[in-house]
Amino acid sequence: MRCCRPALLTPPLLLLTACSGWQSSLDPQGPQADLLAGLFWVFTAVLSAVWLLTMTALVVALLRRHPARTEPLELNTRPERGMARTVGAAAALTLVVVVALTVVSYGAQRALFSGGEAPLTLKVKGHQWWWEVTYEDPGPSRQFTTANEIHVPVGQPVHVKLESADVIHSFWVPNLAGKMDAIPGRENRLVIQASKEGVFRGQCTEFCGWQHAHMAITVVAHSLEDFERWRESQISAAEPPDDPVRKRGMQIFLSRPCVMCHQIRGTPAAGKVAPDLTHIGSRLHIAAGTLPNGRGNLAAWIVDPQGIKPGAHMPLIKLNAEEVEPLARYLEGLK
Amino acid sequence: MDHRVVRDLSDLPNYAFGPRMTMWWGTLAFCVLEGTGFALALGGYLYLAFLNRDWPLGPPPPLFWSGLFTLVSLASLVPNYLVEAAAREENLFKVRILLVIMSGIGVLLAGLRFMEFAVLPVRWDFNAYGSLLWTILGLHAVHLVTDVVDTVVVTVLMFTRHGFGRRFSDVEDNAFYWYFVVISWLPTYVVLYWVSQL
Amino acid sequence: MSETALRPHENKETLDTDVTDGELPARLAATWGTAGGLIGALSTVDHKLIGRRYIVTGFFFLVLGGLAAVAMRLQLARPENSLIGPDLYNQIFTMHGTTMMFLFGVPIGEAIAVYLVPLMVGTRNIAFPRLNAFSYYVYLFGGLMIWIAFALNVGADNGWFSYVPLAGPEFSPGKRADFWAQMVTFTEVAALAVAVEIVVTVLKLRAPGMTLDRIPLFVWAMFVNAFLIIFAMPAVMLASSLLILDRLLDTHFFNQAEGGDPLLWQHLFWFFGHPEVYIIFLPGTAFVSAIIATFARRPVFGYPAIVLSLIATGFLSFGLWVHHMFTTGLPQLGATFFTASSMMIAIPTGIQIFCWIATLWDGRPVYRTPLLFVLGFFFIFVAGGLSGIMLASVPIDTQVHDTYFVVAHFHYVLIGGAVFPLLGAIYYWFPKFTGRMMSERLGRWHFWLAIIGFNVAFFPMHLAGLRGMPRRVYTYPAEMGWDGLNLVSTLGATLFVASFLLFLFNVAASLRDGEIAGDNPWDASSLEWATASPPPPHNFDRIPFVTSREPLWAERQALPVVSGLAVDKREVVITTATRALPDLKESSPDPTIWPFVSAIAVGAVFIGSIFTPWAVAWGAPLAAFVIIAWFWPKSIEEDK
Ligand code: HEO
Ligand code: HEM
Ligand SMILES: [Cu+2]
Repeated sequence: MRCCRPALLTPPLLLLTACSGWQSSLDPQGPQADLLAGLFWVFTAVLSAVWLLTMTALVVALLRRHPARTEPLELNTRPERGMARTVGAAAALTLVVVVALTVVSYGAQRALFSGGEAPLTLKVKGHQWWWEVTYEDPGPSRQFTTANEIHVPVGQPVHVKLESADVIHSFWVPNLAGKMDAIPGRENRLVIQASKEGVFRGQCTEFCGWQHAHMAITVVAHSLEDFERWRESQISAAEPPDDPVRKRGMQIFLSRPCVMCHQIRGTPAAGKVAPDLTHIGSRLHIAAGTLPNGRGNLAAWIVDPQGIKPGAHMPLIKLNAEEVEPLARYLEGLK
Repeated sequence: MDHRVVRDLSDLPNYAFGPRMTMWWGTLAFCVLEGTGFALALGGYLYLAFLNRDWPLGPPPPLFWSGLFTLVSLASLVPNYLVEAAAREENLFKVRILLVIMSGIGVLLAGLRFMEFAVLPVRWDFNAYGSLLWTILGLHAVHLVTDVVDTVVVTVLMFTRHGFGRRFSDVEDNAFYWYFVVISWLPTYVVLYWVSQL
Repeated sequence: MSETALRPHENKETLDTDVTDGELPARLAATWGTAGGLIGALSTVDHKLIGRRYIVTGFFFLVLGGLAAVAMRLQLARPENSLIGPDLYNQIFTMHGTTMMFLFGVPIGEAIAVYLVPLMVGTRNIAFPRLNAFSYYVYLFGGLMIWIAFALNVGADNGWFSYVPLAGPEFSPGKRADFWAQMVTFTEVAALAVAVEIVVTVLKLRAPGMTLDRIPLFVWAMFVNAFLIIFAMPAVMLASSLLILDRLLDTHFFNQAEGGDPLLWQHLFWFFGHPEVYIIFLPGTAFVSAIIATFARRPVFGYPAIVLSLIATGFLSFGLWVHHMFTTGLPQLGATFFTASSMMIAIPTGIQIFCWIATLWDGRPVYRTPLLFVLGFFFIFVAGGLSGIMLASVPIDTQVHDTYFVVAHFHYVLIGGAVFPLLGAIYYWFPKFTGRMMSERLGRWHFWLAIIGFNVAFFPMHLAGLRGMPRRVYTYPAEMGWDGLNLVSTLGATLFVASFLLFLFNVAASLRDGEIAGDNPWDASSLEWATASPPPPHNFDRIPFVTSREPLWAERQALPVVSGLAVDKREVVITTATRALPDLKESSPDPTIWPFVSAIAVGAVFIGSIFTPWAVAWGAPLAAFVIIAWFWPKSIEEDK
């Protein structure tokens, strides 16, 4: 994998690094990230060379045979002039290098932010400690909201509009693109694109309070057909449950404070301050990447959100022991 | 280490005026750093004015008290200049009279500023515009009041047995700071009272 | 200018020409000395005593900040570790960053300047010594206040740059952010006061003959640094005051709903914050220049180039602040300007590095501990500076901003650029401060442990950041694959901390039975070595007359000095700003308790205002009263 390419700067420590690259800027999986990784390696190569040269000069300066001199002020003009020339040349070289790097950097920046047309536009809104995602569409009925998981078609640029509901967050999926902040009162934009199918992880990178560490987002890149299939299923409302246990689970959900915060389209639950649960069962993770999805973890989360994610804005809802299982099953079935 | 004396400084004086004294430089340095604070605060004002299309977010402040304030502070430059000159001449009589005048002007200006706050059209907690008006005027008021207090103290000092020698240099420093109080007001006045009228 | 101002002394004071050479030191020491007892200690205005307290306090906060760092490293050693929860972790990293930047980084440089600059320019006390005492107490109280708040579970928890709206009234209820904001305002008052003292000391108190081109590079660096402080600190004081107003008086500076803007905070903070990092670094360059000259056994090569580089760094550092905001969505072209200016600063920094290397090249290096730490500085700082060049690229920064790559960068420059030179400086000036040498053998152990521990701790952070690890996370899932890197970091940090224990042991042991140093144990060239170790209260028996940039190397037989200063009252020579011609003999203030009392009064107002705005209304007149008492002349002598 890319991330194991040795850098000049890296001593043996590199051997210690295992490669698992689903949230790594060194394992680019899209054109934006490719460009960034390329630029990174150019800088690393040039600057490692600068470091080595400087250190070589230092070591040679220390190890060479030094002039015999008893008094510190007995200086000769010849070597002084030679040193002046060398220092001047090194300064000039520094100027050349930094100008070159500035130009290269600017070129990459132009390419990166040139922003063409994108068939798909998402609105991603940061909340204290989860992501609200809206797929925009000219037809209002085809617009839908989900949370903490984005699906994108491979090979297509996707526009992401970033907003915040509370404090500043930052949206970063390193395998696909650089990061961009979500700032209250502003709308920032970012383009992401995947060139291969896969699952990539992203994470909030602007400190946003207690659970900043647990504010991840998953990006799933599919073929166009799979993506369209997914989109259709997400647009539709939740299917009513058919088996009795799940039916009971739904009743529990609708009769508890859950509905004050969460929405499940197709039911009376229409809360807007917490993640949309219409298709929660189809997601890979819950609680913004905190736990893998599954009935067990759903149940655990409902029973003890504060234990799993201390400070999260989901309160503990008092449930009887036997209510947990049907509720978890109901949610699990919301595919 | 052995010494060899190469110069005798027995005859150097103990004090002087202006940039020959450390206090003058200290005062200058404080003016510079406080001036930086003013510049940044006004920069913040212009920044928010630029961001908000419908600036000012409220009625612009009335011009009467602030206009009077500006005129009086400009006029105060004359006695201030005179007190500075009198201090350099070490003319105790003139210094005393002029310091009393300057104290009076200072108290008057503080009063005008007080009236100004009373007529501001928005409260500080109404919106960012109100916050800026109050805070920047307040910042300037703090400087004003500080120098007025200082002037009064120096005035009292010059009426006591301490009124001689080096203290004339203190009088001069006090006058120097007053220039800063007046000069820092001018851009503040323009930004707060005239930019919003444009 | 009237003639009366120039009249010579007419009253009968005793001059040093009136007493014998043998008598002189004791007479001067009696005049300049500090009274015994607690009141005496709290009243002192001796820049060496204040400086020493400042240095010890700075190291005390370094230790506290270091303990916070150890706690973080222990928590991060394993994935999903449950040692420290999010609430405490957030307080700890905030206390770490805040302490290191505001309570250690800036004050320690100023502290050493307070001690050494007056000695190096050849005068008897710093300019405005009472202000100096005041600033020390304000700094001490500010620092203690925030750590006591932390101990009482009201520790700041929004990071060392406390972004709004997170730190605003809505998302940080309680008093935590208020303590943070007041501590910042508080300690920056102290920093600014010291900066003014340094500027005036360097401009007006230089020994006769110390023309601009004979000022030691150390003093130049501290001088430029003081200017940076004067222009940068008002920005953060303004920012923290606006934050307090938003929090306590319901103003709306940062509230976008009422016409404010969260980015206003970031602009104000970083307008200070970028110069801040050079404020921490420039004293490092001061130490490096002094140590290199002494241990390369020749003057630093390229004096004018280094002075110009320092000044250029100062100017440039005010044009970079936006590079901390590259991911906030600013206009692209504007951002590029800040890429260019950030990279340009490599040139003055590079020139200094090249000049130092040239000095070693043409010198005869003597490998004592201070020089080892300077070599460590080259190794680490240059790497950190170069990773800064990577961060300065807008596109690259979108990948690494707010990740551990940035954490790695700034520890390389902060520890490499400030802490390593500082440690070298302590080894170097310890004999001057205390009269005893530090152990060379322990010093070597300290150095090797520190440089190895440092790199093992911080190098892996580059990789962790590139591989996706954000900063300021209290934990991370096992499947991220960051555990190996983090474990190595923690082990390295342990070594690094061990090196500090060794250092503290060395200090303690050397204080007790280090070899006696003598005036000038390293055969160095600047004026602080012309007097006893530790220096007497009056610094110099006679004020030096400077004839060369390297006075002690140029005048090996006997130091040229001036005479004619008073012995029974405190008097300092004032010289002209550029040519350093002797001009006046100003009196220098006597000890007094009022600065200490004023600091308490001001501190009470600050702390009280966190709880009620009325504290300002009641406290301000009180503080004014105390300060007037301070300035009111106590004797007719003082008026002269
Ligand atoms: C001592 C402190 C210090 C110093 C000296 C520097 C020096 C530099 N810094 Fe750093 N920094 C410091 C402390 C910090 N920086 C930060 C963050 C930071 C960021 C924002 C990163 C982000 O948040 O995304 C950028 C872009 C830089 C850039 C630079 C540059 C270009 C330099 C240059 O000055 C380096 C110049 C030196 C060089 C280049 C090496 C020597 C030169 C040679 C050998 C000549 C040859 C060189 C070339 C040909 C290039 N810094 C932060 C984080 C704040 C936070 O977010 O908490 C801190 C604390
Ligand atoms: C024992 C040595 C040190 C260790 C092990 C250490 C470790 C760390 C770690 C792990 C972080 C990141 C915390 C996080 O993002 O969650 C951090 C942050 C920081 N460190 Fe250090 N550090 C050390 C010394 C220093 C020194 C000497 C300085 C300054 C002179 C410093 C300045 C900072 C700053 C400014 C931050 C940022 C705090 C913030 O995010 O608000 N550190 N340190
Ligand atoms: Cu910076």
